[in-house]
Amino acid sequence: MDDSTLAQQQQKLKYYQKGTFTVGNRLVSDAERSVQASAERSNALTSGHRACQGCGEALGARYAIDAAMRATGNDLIAVNATGCLEVFTTPYPETSWQLPWLHSLFGNAAAVATGVAAAQRVKGKATRVIAQGGDGGTTDIGFQCLSGMFERNDDVLYICYDNEGYMNTGVQRSSATPPAARTATTPALGPEPGNVFGTGKFVPKIAVAHGIPYVATATVADLRDLEAKVIKAMGIRGARYIQINVPCPLGWGAPSYDTIKLARLAVECGLYPIFEAEHGRITQSRKIRRRIPVRDYLILQKRYAHLFRNGVDDPRVARLQAICDAHIEDYGLLGDDEA
Amino acid sequence: MDHDFAITLDVGTSLANHTGAWRTFRPEYVHRLPPCNAACPAGEDIQGWLSFAEAGDYEAAWRALTKNNPLPAVMGRVCYHPCETACNRAQIDAAVGVNAVERFLGDMAIAKGWAFEPPAQKSGKKVLVVGAGPAGLSAAYHLAVLGHDVNIREAGPAPGGMMRFGIPKYRLPRDVLDAEVARIAALGVRIDYNSKVSDLQATIKEGGFDAAFLAVGAHIAKRAYIPAGEATKILDAVQVLASMEGAEQPLLGRRVVVYGGGNTALDVARTAKRLGAEEAIIVYRRTREKMPAHDFELEEALEEGVMMKWLSTIKHVDAGAITVEKMKLDETGFPQPTGEFETLEADSVVLALGQDVDLSLLDGVPGLEFADGLVKVGPDMMTGATGIFAGGDMAPSERTVTVAVGHGKKAARHIDAFLRGAAYAPPPKHELAGFEHLNAWYYGEAPQTLRPTLEIARRSSTFEEVVQGLDESNALYEARRCLSCGNCFECDNCYGVCPDNAVIKLGAGQGFRFNYDFCKGCGVCEAECPCGAIAMAPEEI
Amino acid sequence: MLKQVEGSHAVAEAIALCRPEVICAYPITPQTHIVEGVGELVKSGALQNCEFINVESEFAALSVAIGASAAGARAYTATASQGLLFMAEAVYNAAGLGLPIVMTLGNRAIGAPINIWNDHSDAMSMRDAGWMQLFAENNQEAVDLHIIAFRLAEELSMPVMVCVDGFILTHAFERVDIPEQAQVDAFLPPYDPVQVLDPDNPASIGAMVGPEAFTEVRFLAHYKQRQALRLIPALSDDFAKIFGRASGGLLRAYRTEDAETIVVAMGSVVGTIKDVVDELRDEGQKIGVVTLVSYRPFPVEALRDILKTAKHVVVIEKSVSVGLGGPLADNTDGALRNLDNRPLLHSAIAGLGGRPITRASLKRLFHDAVHAPWEGPFFLDLNERVVGREIHRVRKVRRSGATAENILRQLALASHLPQE
Ligand SMILES: Cc1cc2nc3c(=O)[nH]c(=O)nc-3n(C[C@H](O)[C@H](O)[C@H](O)COP(=O)(O)OP(=O)(O)OC[C@H]3O[C@@H](n4cnc5c(N)ncnc54)[C@H](O)[C@@H]3O)c2cc1C
Ligand SMILES: Cc1ncc(C[n+]2csc(CCOP(=O)(O)OP(=O)(O)O)c2C)c(N)n1
Ligand code: SF4
Ligand code: SF4
Ligand code: SF4
Ligand SMILES: [Mg+2]
Repeated sequence: MDDSTLAQQQQKLKYYQKGTFTVGNRLVSDAERSVQASAERSNALTSGHRACQGCGEALGARYAIDAAMRATGNDLIAVNATGCLEVFTTPYPETSWQLPWLHSLFGNAAAVATGVAAAQRVKGKATRVIAQGGDGGTTDIGFQCLSGMFERNDDVLYICYDNEGYMNTGVQRSSATPPAARTATTPALGPEPGNVFGTGKFVPKIAVAHGIPYVATATVADLRDLEAKVIKAMGIRGARYIQINVPCPLGWGAPSYDTIKLARLAVECGLYPIFEAEHGRITQSRKIRRRIPVRDYLILQKRYAHLFRNGVDDPRVARLQAICDAHIEDYGLLGDDEA
Repeated sequence: MDHDFAITLDVGTSLANHTGAWRTFRPEYVHRLPPCNAACPAGEDIQGWLSFAEAGDYEAAWRALTKNNPLPAVMGRVCYHPCETACNRAQIDAAVGVNAVERFLGDMAIAKGWAFEPPAQKSGKKVLVVGAGPAGLSAAYHLAVLGHDVNIREAGPAPGGMMRFGIPKYRLPRDVLDAEVARIAALGVRIDYNSKVSDLQATIKEGGFDAAFLAVGAHIAKRAYIPAGEATKILDAVQVLASMEGAEQPLLGRRVVVYGGGNTALDVARTAKRLGAEEAIIVYRRTREKMPAHDFELEEALEEGVMMKWLSTIKHVDAGAITVEKMKLDETGFPQPTGEFETLEADSVVLALGQDVDLSLLDGVPGLEFADGLVKVGPDMMTGATGIFAGGDMAPSERTVTVAVGHGKKAARHIDAFLRGAAYAPPPKHELAGFEHLNAWYYGEAPQTLRPTLEIARRSSTFEEVVQGLDESNALYEARRCLSCGNCFECDNCYGVCPDNAVIKLGAGQGFRFNYDFCKGCGVCEAECPCGAIAMAPEEI
Repeated sequence: MLKQVEGSHAVAEAIALCRPEVICAYPITPQTHIVEGVGELVKSGALQNCEFINVESEFAALSVAIGASAAGARAYTATASQGLLFMAEAVYNAAGLGLPIVMTLGNRAIGAPINIWNDHSDAMSMRDAGWMQLFAENNQEAVDLHIIAFRLAEELSMPVMVCVDGFILTHAFERVDIPEQAQVDAFLPPYDPVQVLDPDNPASIGAMVGPEAFTEVRFLAHYKQRQALRLIPALSDDFAKIFGRASGGLLRAYRTEDAETIVVAMGSVVGTIKDVVDELRDEGQKIGVVTLVSYRPFPVEALRDILKTAKHVVVIEKSVSVGLGGPLADNTDGALRNLDNRPLLHSAIAGLGGRPITRASLKRLFHDAVHAPWEGPFFLDLNERVVGREIHRVRKVRRSGATAENILRQLALASHLPQE
């Protein structure tokens, strides 16, 4: 057997019926399965919460926190900003969390987490700290605290669940709302319906500019990648940032069953670049597997319905496509299949 | 924990909040019929046995396979695998090599000497099976497993029917066939050779049989009228191929012309090549596209140097030469003569124009009905005569080994019921697991493994098997390409993707259960199930 | 140990003696010297086992303290004026979460117009936030109150704000007795939180509470502060035993025994008032003063007991609730509310934005209270000419411009200084 056929054989042996896209795989050892595949996963965010049907944020939070629980041997504290995640998990008298969890305010999660982490240090404890919030709590009102936490390189992993709007208050625009998207404060009215084509505010890149040890984007559509990033982040000390794209059926005007599909398409069209950066440098990007035009992604969501009125595509679809194309180029999103 | 009122809460208390009440649709685990299974004439549960093979449990896979088909090593060689044509994976990259894995399992079973489980109990009923072709063998196997006493009467000197006297060795080595027949015989099936049944009623009577299954095949070659000179050597394909099994090999000469467009024509031409013919030419009335033979067989034949004369009919056969007329397809695709003629040198002409059934043994059996020279059977495979069933080539159907095996199984189930004075009701068929039910995203890219083939040089001179088997790693890889259409393969997706943790994992091999206390009915699990094993049903409110 | 030190520095040393574990602050005059002081102690290693975190805003400062405290660490921060407002949301939140954080407030006016000098507007802005608020009369008390504050906060699991007059105290060099570490340790046990973020004993802290329980949550907070009314005097006694001096308590009466006029005030101004009281007593007037140490909880009963026999009560305070008058006067009024023969209450607003409160003015004020009483709030030493002119001007012109600048211009005119 020559080298190439040997390599081919090994390649084949690694093939376990599915790619690495499914949550689990009965054909591989437990250690090689995802955290979510395990019957022993911590379900840090357990059933009975009041998130909408198909909520991507509820899903993303369990994915992320369970992975962090695994990485830390359950020695973990979470600090939560105000927002859907907080409201749907902890309305008195019931909480869905199973780990020590603190909610203070909308805009201060990063700072509160700094305090929690400082307390662990001073008490000589190994307990790790995660701060989490929605895009509004992160990219807007909590941004100053976040930047401060980054700059001090505090030992906190901040996770932003990006559903591209202020969902808890009834779907208003945030600085993470994509151009053209309809929200309650950017209605589909007037000559330029929906959100403006602003200059954009992509906090992961701003995080990279802080030079912190680790920054990543992830999506609920790629669990393995998400878990790997959380676990990696928990292996690093200092300020870390992960932003997870979490579709919101309510806010996006999509059927509840399309949550993961939308997250997947957002990546496959290039609108949501998935990458990793360390110490101020982008180190890796997740390649697009089956590229699609952004139109295929937009058309599934009512928040973009105004772009497709009367059977004609609004010219702004092309502008959104241009954004995708730029992402694909900037982040090198085309390349070998990641399968 | 002792803590502040209201603003601090005990962990996990939301379990008191049963969000299942929100649901308007409920997810349910279902089994859908994999297209491969639906297409398999032998009714194999392909997806089912592949799932054992995927896990490397080949014996379990073989046992699951042989529940429906006792001849996997044969089938893994000669089946035209309609399962692969239907396979959903073809829409991703290429069909799963079901047939290759089947052969791998069949060969492994022979190598390891795996045997069938004998029945726990005997019924005390006797069943006559006429003919030891695939239909007869299959029926005998299933009847024996069901506890009946089976006696096969076979006119010929050896078992297999067309598998032995038609299909050439280079496609089906005889030791493989013998091994699989022996395994059936080991179940206690008695096979009497050289025992042609010429009067069915008498045989049934004298043997005291409670029922009979007829599977005599179709062995009488169809002839076409071709004006021919005296010294001309005109043979028929069945005869040529059958004589390959005897001591005397047929003498075909240096230049052989085969007339016909089916697989049999190709088998004869390829056999002629191996017997030393310099030229083997197939003369066929229509075009390649219209040819009934399978494309892969034509390819193999062409590789071996068989030549094709398309759009031609034989007009006259003389000593050493034949005259053919060129044809042209009309608008309906039917060949029409052109009046242009051509002469080809030929030492012999072999007619491969199909076979008819020899029905003489049925003379005097009351109630039988015939159509187009075939015996009519009902959906239960019973002929018009009570207790007499028939299948395989002699019944109206596609003529393949696989169909014959399927007939044998089906007939056996109905005979079993008949013997118990009951009616066999096949389990209801599940909805088809069409590609639209799958979420193909989850399957990684994995092209099909091609089976290695024997080098051309050796193919034209010997009767060694042309297509080789897969080795274990290839077979495993191939099995794992299966998408498990319509049936849960424990990928954990539903368990993972539920935003409400409403899926309970029951442990390896046990699958999952929905926790309807918490399931909100969002449908994410259904949408993200790769194989279409979940369905959403409206909730009754 | 007796030391001649700057107030801020004395406070910093006191904080250090309390063994804080997490300190976070953002600079604002006049609090800066305090945090610089503790920062130095941490950096130099003099204060061990303490994280000093330079945050990017007061909002973050208190938020860090919230996190640290919820995780079981003794947390401290300090601010003033605009800084307090910038952290306002967190001020309420810390109290709502029942976190025993101690914060120094270097009292300062709130803009606009921006003003760095002392008054009590900042403390008053947060009086309903749920924090306990203690006011220091002098730097010795500032030191002592911080030590008491930690114990008080932690016993009740409720934050405490120690109010120290900006510049007047923070920047004043006085003789202060800095306690020994052993004394502080004897008085202040290590922090033993009632609830803590702990993976071994997890809970969700900070739930959303609806109408079904919100009233109860608020009542319980109020109930805690009612308990403090008993605890604060007890701690003061305890303190006296260990440190050998009286300090703290809910309030202190000075020469009020037979007083017909009793002045009520908080913070450093009491020193001046006491001098005036002494002077007037020498002149034979029956006057005394009550120093309110604890503004929250407000010691209604204790104050009433002292004031009930007086004929006149004069409340002097360094803040104004615009549109109403003096909040302290209002609260004092509330304390007298149900007395049969209640004294007359005279409200005076004084010392806003750092304006000096002179003895002469006070003397006049006390005289007028008895002989020429006024209605509503009286603004001590108000420049009535300036105010009158501005009111007149504003009435005449629509585009009257900014009041503050106009007044400055007028003052400049009045003092014949060149304009612009
Ligand atoms: C050349 C050739 C190649 C083929 N290749 C393939 C292939 O690759 N794949 C495929 O699926 N199919 C192939 N076929 C078709 C396939 O072989 C038949 O459809 C199949 O064998 C039919 O099975 P059967 O049991 O009905 O009859 P047969 O296989 O014909 O068996 C009938 C048996 O009954 C015996 N018999 C007949 N009359 C009597 C009697 N009166 N008493 C007792 N015994 C009797 C015969 O001797 C024979 O053994 C091929 C056919 C030919 C001719
Ligand atoms: C200081 C403050 N301003 C506004 C609000 C109201 N508010 C609560 S949640 C929320 C939106 C949250 O949006 P985001 O952070 O994106 O989280 P999501 O709900 O979308 O998950 C807003 C505006 C608040 N609680 N506090
Ligand atoms: S509004 Fe959106 S983010 Fe909030 S619970 Fe519903 S689906 Fe989740
Ligand atoms: S993928 Fe597997 S189950 Fe599906 S049709 Fe093909 S062989 Fe059958
Ligand atoms: S994903 Fe969960 S909640 Fe949604 S339908 Fe499936 S089981 Fe129910
Ligand atoms: Mg949001």
